[in-house]
Amino acid sequence: MVAPAAAPAHAPAPAAGAIKIVVATDCGSTTTKAILIQEVDGVFRQTHRGEAPTTVEEPFADVTVGVTNAVTELEELSGRRLINPDGTILRRTSPTDPNGCDIYISTSSAGGGLQMMVAGVVRQMTAESAKRAALGAGAIVMDTIASNDKRRPHEQIQRIRELRPDMVLLSGGTDGGDTKKVTELAELIAPAKPRPRFGGEYSMPIIFAGNKDAAAGVQKVFQHGGFDLSVVDNLRPSLENENLGPARDRIHDVFLEHVMAHAPGYDKLMRWSNAPIMPTPGAVGDILQAIARGRNINAVGVDIGGATTDVFSVFGPHFNRTVSANLGMSYSISNVCAEAGMANILRWVHLAQMDERELRNRVKNKMIRPTTIPQSLEALIFEQAVAREALRLAYVQHREFATNLKGVQQQRTVGDTFAQKQGGSSIVDNMALDLLVASGGVLSHAPRMEQTAMMLVDAFEPEGFTELAKDSIFMMPHLGVLASVHGRAAMEVFERDCLIYLGTCIAPAGTAVWGKPVARYTIDGVDAGTAQGTLLGGEMKRFAMAGDKRARAEIVPEKGFDVGAGPGKAVTREIRGGTVGLILDGRGRPLVLPSTRDECRRSMDSWVKALDLYPG
Amino acid sequence: MAKAYTPGLKVAAHGTYRSRRLLPIKGEVLVKAGDRVTPSTPVARTYLEGEATPMKLANLLGAQPRELPSLMLKPVGSRVAVGEPIARSKGIFGMMKTEVKSAAEGTIESVSETTGMAIIRGEPIPVQVDGYIAGSVVEVIDGEGVVVEAQAAVVQGIFGVSGEASGPIKVVCAAPTEVCDTDHIDASCQGCVVVGGARMTAAAIKKAKDMGAAALVSGGLDDSDLRDFLGYDLGVAITGTEKTGLTVIVTEGFGDIAMADRTYHLLKGLEGRLASVNGATQIRAGVMRPEIVVPLDAAGVAAAKAAVAARLAASVAHEEGSLEIGVQVRIIRDPHFGVIGTVAALPEAPAVLGSGSKARVLDVKLQDGSVVTIPRANVELIEG
Repeated sequence: MVAPAAAPAHAPAPAAGAIKIVVATDCGSTTTKAILIQEVDGVFRQTHRGEAPTTVEEPFADVTVGVTNAVTELEELSGRRLINPDGTILRRTSPTDPNGCDIYISTSSAGGGLQMMVAGVVRQMTAESAKRAALGAGAIVMDTIASNDKRRPHEQIQRIRELRPDMVLLSGGTDGGDTKKVTELAELIAPAKPRPRFGGEYSMPIIFAGNKDAAAGVQKVFQHGGFDLSVVDNLRPSLENENLGPARDRIHDVFLEHVMAHAPGYDKLMRWSNAPIMPTPGAVGDILQAIARGRNINAVGVDIGGATTDVFSVFGPHFNRTVSANLGMSYSISNVCAEAGMANILRWVHLAQMDERELRNRVKNKMIRPTTIPQSLEALIFEQAVAREALRLAYVQHREFATNLKGVQQQRTVGDTFAQKQGGSSIVDNMALDLLVASGGVLSHAPRMEQTAMMLVDAFEPEGFTELAKDSIFMMPHLGVLASVHGRAAMEVFERDCLIYLGTCIAPAGTAVWGKPVARYTIDGVDAGTAQGTLLGGEMKRFAMAGDKRARAEIVPEKGFDVGAGPGKAVTREIRGGTVGLILDGRGRPLVLPSTRDECRRSMDSWVKALDLYPG
Repeated sequence: MAKAYTPGLKVAAHGTYRSRRLLPIKGEVLVKAGDRVTPSTPVARTYLEGEATPMKLANLLGAQPRELPSLMLKPVGSRVAVGEPIARSKGIFGMMKTEVKSAAEGTIESVSETTGMAIIRGEPIPVQVDGYIAGSVVEVIDGEGVVVEAQAAVVQGIFGVSGEASGPIKVVCAAPTEVCDTDHIDASCQGCVVVGGARMTAAAIKKAKDMGAAALVSGGLDDSDLRDFLGYDLGVAITGTEKTGLTVIVTEGFGDIAMADRTYHLLKGLEGRLASVNGATQIRAGVMRPEIVVPLDAAGVAAAKAAVAARLAASVAHEEGSLEIGVQVRIIRDPHFGVIGTVAALPEAPAVLGSGSKARVLDVKLQDGSVVTIPRANVELIEG
């Protein structure tokens, strides 16, 4: 068995008690974002932020140049010296030192992040577990090869040849089970000789996390031909169990040893940092899990970028992450329109005049000039309509992926006969969802918070009671890695500075008939005092409920509608306010919009007015 | 000095152009430093490993994988032809033997006793890199390729499809504002880099392809026409590998948009000269734009220098890449998409846009004398 090599050394972190001042950076594909976190009156707060272009590419070809520039901005804003004359991050010499920080930490998605190929014997079982491990570690999965993926062996070899992944994760077989199939997979990968993305100077890392009895055979297959094999515990030791931790940890190590070590300037950055550099999405996943477990809630987070949309979910003990590789708001905007169809996008537009040819050209112009921003209100409305579809499609993909383990034998009783539940059903349950967190340009930079809230509600269709929030300045990656060295600091900053609470959405699930009652409500504690009335089908209402305000909401759904206690059953509970307040959504779930463009436009117009989405 | 948020596309009458012509894997360089090359001169060659064809021999023979080595008719490393017997079962009492024939031509690379699978490795696949432009080899990168250099005029487009091509420049539109349609394309376009004016129509693209043009370059293109040409809706702007038979380059953007005056007149002045074009576009970190490269001889360089000097004398000098009052910019987003003007003011404070967002802006004076306020992110410099 090949023992995993040690990850490259980073500077040791001081004890948590000695950490009072933190500098954290996230090196993105285009921008390096730095934040300063300081303990103020016994509580950790994010105090300043700075940013600078990422410098992975020529002419700099050194990521630390961008880090130094971003931290220099922190220095200027805070008045605290944070950079040594040689450009490195300055550390404090004593607790009273007015300059420097106690630790420096970083995440990275520069250079396209971590790109992996995964393989498993059965597509729905070991291959899917392997994909979950890779995604959970923050990777983009370029392709999943499986013995039963319906491609013929030579087609699989051809595909592997075409890909240039940073590493390959191979799984297959339960411990003690068949060894032949997984060895066969290894025998397909080895002759295909996949070449790593960053030059041919290093061996292709292969992580084997399959049947332990097959390890020796797999090792034999990869012993020649320029592979660097490491063997870790089986990620699916039995059909009933998934054990993703060892594979994920090894992916992180290989990310540091190979991918980061070959990216320009990362050897230096690793030495500067007091904790291992994490892939950005891996860190976001970690902080979301920490928050969900800390508050004992179910949470979904979304980060919509220019090229991709990441969705993270924590439901009970299950964490899942998906990357929708070509659903984004600039580089991939054309793909969103192609996948969703223009008719689906236009159903979110309340304006009458929209010429389809003109819109199509606009979409392509955004694709080829991705850094432009909407100048007119009409352009903003259209872009937010596209965002709803990108988010909706990404969430559909997430729900399909985040399932119970497939292939597990179910014990059924007579009572289950009509339940139709089976292995592979989605873990994502919108009725059980407590918190929905938004981040990414189109959500974070919407001119009005109401627009962010409405995009979330339309795309994710939360049911029952759901808190809505947004990541103020995309700080979750920094806090994810901070949580690994100082959990309390990460939590405090997350609650106080990272999240902006938009408010709560209450949406009865059931088929709504436009104009017919859906639920009666009594809300005690909105800004206006008490709100009471009947929510009609197709209706949306908004009640201002400032800041951290809490209110008591009693919802009595009509027959056939559910707000969490079952159809027709009343629920009374405390709800949280926010910058938007309380949203009552009477459109029913699943959300079905009117079928004609005119009717849809009229409905959308009434919701725009109800939530005061746009000026005029 | 404020830097432009979006760097402009290059429209240069002359300059030193270098092209790195590299093999995907190490191989042999066929030229030496100082050699003159043309677009079609082979400069480096290598062989990619042949296709691997897996064969589940044990299954096909009805044998156990561990028995396989003794059933092979040819040892590992042997060359085999398609249909040539490579393994035979023992049969029953020496009778009813099953024979397996090779599914591919090549060499038996491996035979697995664990899985019973054999890999037949096909013939190496030759890969050749050519010179792309007419110029001189200025650097040989051992075993990898060369750098070819030329004094050339270079025009970057905003978007293109299909890869490298070359041919003489033929300008078919009388003005940069003229839509490029079928009546502009005829048999004389064969083998040429055809330069239109404003939007190119779907019919013009089809006719240019039918007439055997090497490339079609124009100001704009409708998204629906691109979809018709490609046969699918392009989702992300990563192109260059399409096998369309015609390289298409758009200089300004999608929709009804005229080619920038400077681009049109530069190409017009180069009519008849041999151009190398590449439609490959990658709009990601490490952006790659399509290009039209026209190598110049000494007289061409002298003429280009004189033209540039005259243009510079007539305008105020500006630092490259800087956004300052008086520089020429192109507006790259609606409601003024494609319009060209000069920077009239650069207010420091962010302004509230019609969308309700707050952003840093600039004032642009248009050719009709009117002044519009535009987010800084929505203009690009027109760079020389």
